[in-house]
Amino acid sequence: MKLKVLFFAILIMASCSKVKKKEGLSQLAINESVQKKTQIKNNDLKIYDFDGFEKFLNQKDGKIHVINFWATWCGPCVKELPYFEKIHETYKDKNVEVLLVSLDFPHQYDSKLKPFIKDKKLKSKVIALDDPDMNTWIPKVDPTWSGALPATIIYKNDQSAFFEQSFTFESLEKEIKPFLK
Amino acid sequence: MKKVVKFISGGLLILLVSAFTVNKTISDGYKIGDVAEDFSLKNIDGKMVSMADYKKAKGYIITFTCNTCPYAVMYEDRIVELNKKYAPKGYPVIAIMPNNIAVKPGDALPEMKKRAEEKGFNFPYLIDEKQSVYPKFGATKTPHIFVLEKTNKGNVVKYIGAIDDNYKDPSAVTTKYVEAAVDALLKGNPVPETETKAIGCSIKV
Repeated sequence: MKLKVLFFAILIMASCSKVKKKEGLSQLAINESVQKKTQIKNNDLKIYDFDGFEKFLNQKDGKIHVINFWATWCGPCVKELPYFEKIHETYKDKNVEVLLVSLDFPHQYDSKLKPFIKDKKLKSKVIALDDPDMNTWIPKVDPTWSGALPATIIYKNDQSAFFEQSFTFESLEKEIKPFLK
Repeated sequence: MKKVVKFISGGLLILLVSAFTVNKTISDGYKIGDVAEDFSLKNIDGKMVSMADYKKAKGYIITFTCNTCPYAVMYEDRIVELNKKYAPKGYPVIAIMPNNIAVKPGDALPEMKKRAEEKGFNFPYLIDEKQSVYPKFGATKTPHIFVLEKTNKGNVVKYIGAIDDNYKDPSAVTTKYVEAAVDALLKGNPVPETETKAIGCSIKV
């Protein structure tokens, strides 16, 4: 029994150090060339169907997750993006993670979305959700969501709030604050 | 703008209305089974159109749509097809543009007229100038469809939601929700799926 525990402890330590090593390496790469980083980021647009995406809605890691559904063609979404960026800037050290989920059309990933991410120098994590069977997945994000963009979900473990509306920085910060306590 | 916020914490459900909210906003609009009020809205030819104008209609396919939303644009051809197929059977399409044209100048009446001509709209394309009709329906986005059935007690809401289950590829559609609803109503059967969800552009206020 004791041996088993020891074994697992070693295993965990080993995997931890592995992760650290990886971080260290990527850190190095970032320092190496900022230009390169942008390129990597742009080429690296991760695209999910809903099954693949669903895990982002259920991360019980004690962090405050701010997930914004948007698209480059959605005027009010683009308008409020800077506020999400500012939340990311202001609260990234306070356990807040911003995730920008683009619902851009796949044929515009290269022509619109990737250039947009680059031009606006988005710092928050951006992923793309491509799943045409919306009637199946929209209610899984939130049963009250009609499907209109923009929409935002804020959650921490089992506590969550959903918003089918646009935000200002102040109104967004106000909704995040209760989660910080 | 819908500023109603549902905040769920544990088992507690608190409804918070944001400070900026105008009173009318808890307009969830019509539910399935509600009787929809008629409207009188300006068509792209300048004439006013109401549901009551359609004496022989058995119902209506009320479609909130606009020029400027890419999802709405992707469905234009399919809306034309819907009208072609169902107007002769008694279920005409009536399209309503709900956006504030100060926010979306591309949705102004002359632009609507232009688009309708380009796409060969075979149905009225009305403008909700006072933005007073879409809140009654509870439309939140474009495209957003409401199928109504004309009955003795009025025009009853029978279906709310999307046109079908694949916005980007009409050939990959597996369920045509609106067609299924209207087909069922024409046969006197219950609508198989009364409410569906789809991504759309929020209605601009």
